[in-house]
Amino acid sequence: MNFAVIMFPGSNCDHDMYHAVKDVLQEEADLVWYENSDLTNYDAILLPGGFSYGDYLRSGAVASTSNVMKQIKEHAAKGKPVLGVCNGFQILTEAGLLPGALLRNKKLSFMCHQEELQVVNNRTLFTTEYTSGEVVRFPIAHGEGNYFCDDATLQAMKANGQIVFTYQDNPNGSVADIAGISNKEGNVLGMMPHPERAVEALLGSDDGLRLFKSMVLNWRESYVANA
Amino acid sequence: MLQTHEISPEVIESDKLYKEMGLSDEEFQLVKTILGRRPNFTETGIFSVMWSEHCSYKTSKPLLKKFPTKSPHVLQGPGEGAGIIDIGDNQAVVFKIESHNHPSAVEPYQGAATGVGGIIRDVFSMGARPIALLNSLRFGNLTSERVKYLFSEVVNGIAGYGNCVGVPTVGGEVQFDTSYEDNPLVNAMCVGLINHDDIQKGIAKGIGNTVLYAGAPTGRDGIHGATFASDDLGEDAAKDRTAVQVGDPFMEKLLIEACLEVIHSDALIGMQDMGAAGLTSSASEMASKAGTGLEMNLDLVPQREQHMSAYELMLSESQERMLLVVKQGREQEIIEVFQKYGLQAVAVGKVIEEKIFRIKQHGEVMADIPVDALAEEAPVYHLPAKEASYYQAFQQMENAIPSIENHAEVLRKLLQQPTIASKEWVYDQYDSMVQTNTVVTPGSDAAVIRIKGTKKALAMTTDCNSRYIYLDPEVGGKIAVAEAARNIVCSGAKPLGLTDGLNFGNPTNPEVFWQMEKSVEGMSEACRILNTPVISGNVSLYNQSKGKAVFPTPVVGMVGLHESLEDITPSHFQSPGDTIYMIGETDIAFGGSELQQLVKGTYEGKAPAIDLQVEARRQEQLLTAIQEGVIVSAHDLTEGGLAVGLAESLFNNTFLGADIELTGDATVALFSETQSRFIVTVKEENKARFLDLVEDARAIGTVTDKQTLSISVNEKNVIEEEIHQLRDLWKGAIPCLLKSKA
Repeated sequence: MNFAVIMFPGSNCDHDMYHAVKDVLQEEADLVWYENSDLTNYDAILLPGGFSYGDYLRSGAVASTSNVMKQIKEHAAKGKPVLGVCNGFQILTEAGLLPGALLRNKKLSFMCHQEELQVVNNRTLFTTEYTSGEVVRFPIAHGEGNYFCDDATLQAMKANGQIVFTYQDNPNGSVADIAGISNKEGNVLGMMPHPERAVEALLGSDDGLRLFKSMVLNWRESYVANA
Repeated sequence: MLQTHEISPEVIESDKLYKEMGLSDEEFQLVKTILGRRPNFTETGIFSVMWSEHCSYKTSKPLLKKFPTKSPHVLQGPGEGAGIIDIGDNQAVVFKIESHNHPSAVEPYQGAATGVGGIIRDVFSMGARPIALLNSLRFGNLTSERVKYLFSEVVNGIAGYGNCVGVPTVGGEVQFDTSYEDNPLVNAMCVGLINHDDIQKGIAKGIGNTVLYAGAPTGRDGIHGATFASDDLGEDAAKDRTAVQVGDPFMEKLLIEACLEVIHSDALIGMQDMGAAGLTSSASEMASKAGTGLEMNLDLVPQREQHMSAYELMLSESQERMLLVVKQGREQEIIEVFQKYGLQAVAVGKVIEEKIFRIKQHGEVMADIPVDALAEEAPVYHLPAKEASYYQAFQQMENAIPSIENHAEVLRKLLQQPTIASKEWVYDQYDSMVQTNTVVTPGSDAAVIRIKGTKKALAMTTDCNSRYIYLDPEVGGKIAVAEAARNIVCSGAKPLGLTDGLNFGNPTNPEVFWQMEKSVEGMSEACRILNTPVISGNVSLYNQSKGKAVFPTPVVGMVGLHESLEDITPSHFQSPGDTIYMIGETDIAFGGSELQQLVKGTYEGKAPAIDLQVEARRQEQLLTAIQEGVIVSAHDLTEGGLAVGLAESLFNNTFLGADIELTGDATVALFSETQSRFIVTVKEENKARFLDLVEDARAIGTVTDKQTLSISVNEKNVIEEEIHQLRDLWKGAIPCLLKSKA
């Protein structure tokens, strides 16, 4: 499976994402600079965390209007996987690929530590390697991770199974303890916690590895089915 | 305010305007002798910043020479942007600490943020990838609203900058004492990783080569910042806010990536960041080191404000700027790298043969100064030292034992002392994990960063108990180095070397200079005995306000190497049944202790004694035991003594406790701050081997699954506390103080 890790000016979890997929998972991956990108040959697109464009204006706002987003939208429309983590999640909501928005944390300060998450939906192509209701540990590191959407959107997301991860002990004030959501089709996932920081037990948790493994296994199955 | 143009050299001399810029009468005469004429306005400004303490180390140089700076592994000692130590496999570690005290006292958010930005540039200008940040912070008591504001905003500024640039903030320390009330200390340390082949130096070699300016345009911020940092902090310091720079971490992130791409080009000759004294110091130092001259045309310098004078352009400390020297004719390939990241890079001058620093603007020569006069020939002062008046009185005092009735209550109070209490409120605001290398996150003796693709890791810490140094600078200086090394060893690493962040009051006060001299002597001796050369550092003087100096605070930033990931050792207890040993004996040592402060509200008497040979032996033996795999956890004993150390060892999990049996005086056994002591845990099957390897070790108890800390002295139970209650007090102390109104 071939992953593209998109680098925007100010991305800073790009190499971590690349390391997780390339070195730990041992799949094909490229770091792709946002300007000179042809994404047609990639099977999955990863939008890493960081402070794209310095988070100026609003976090994710400037990156969401860059040219590469057109290709990412086309990729998503084909049903191929797109994963946005942290700033990547913020970019996806700003770009309209996911509903809602991310506000400043309830405590108004940045926070970084391990959090327990519950896998609410294990039927997305990102979560099939988890069991439903399973509690996993991922690090969080954000100042604006307080997920918000209106009630109608929340109800629709619940009905569609779009709430993929929730916090066990909500750290930032997110609506319905939301830590990660997908689009209606289930092929675009945005989440504030960092699965790419949880792929080696040495660093405190390897619970995130199964998220990337799920992507690979589901891609193989669809690939075999379509071949 | 000074006018910034059209003041004639005659008026500068007759009205002594140079004094406002920080030059003394004697120094001004020296400038006249060097130039053979009166300096013009721009030149006077250039001399005043280059000869400021911050840039020239004119009063501290004679002391800094005392530090041992060499070992077979030191690739670069003091003098460049940062020092470098070999760690094998063609890799090296680069590190340095720097202060941003005065800016942080006036504008804490930007002061701290730009301190972080500056030290990161020092490291990547050497060609190294910045891999970790640490911060050593000192504030007054958290009971005043001003101190709460300074503390919150400094932490916020560090977080705002460090998180955005994507370098994990992994460690450091925060201490609180009255002496820092108006003059907080903000020292930032950056650690970088480099391949030997990529090491860059800040030199301007090759006549005719081009000087490139890269990064943010120059504005009017931070003018005379270096001079501001080299004087007492006045009561009207707020007016000096224009001397504080404003940081843009996004720009810095782009600069890091562009500079680390550029170092692979053989068109690059030298690179240096524009830190203190901006264009002036970076350009003149690069030329001076190469034995060349440099000519610059200020009309070409990117500017973000109109009508900037030569004086302003040369003295601005606008952030996120670099100066590069590039092979003539190959400028474009370097410029294109910067353009990829949306950054400006422009040719602003060239290297010349004549050893002159020449600045032109609007077709006129605005400065024409011999290069070495600025960097090499700055005056050096051998200031008088006088033993502090309090010292003899403290030395005469008996080593008394504070009288305590309820030891458990004292333990609870000690755990809530801000210097001892959990710093989670601070470090939770820092991204400590970005780059996915952080094995040991903040809250342990030392942070540990693994090196991807190898079996190695780096341990890092900052330490300085300034109370001991105040009581006895020489002994306190030894302890600062020894404690840092202890933290590194407890994590399972071998200490490699250190960077010193020397923070003192006004050096023209002979008692302050005595503190400087004695503490440097103590540190130097410890460096020699513990084999930790000083490879870089920073001096910050004039840390005083209203005539009162801060406690002498020479911060030690130390880095160590784990040869194997297997050696990484936690500081917390791990499993029930493990035997708890204390390495080292306990004697009466309460001078400068947390208990003394708690009971008497002051620091007095003798500092705890330290025998560096004993220290070295214990550290070596403990490290050997760790490397042989017989140690489960290791923690050094510092503020608050054994009782606090035991409690801290239990705070990281929710299922352990400890049963401890001690003898002797309960107060001494529990709270004395005797040096060179450790508590370690060992599995039953390794006890014999442990005792073979480590002398001076005595079993004092067992790790239990009871979730209580139970301590008896002479078979009488003196402490019986629930761990979760102690933890709540320890964790809640700082957030609670910040919320309460003064």
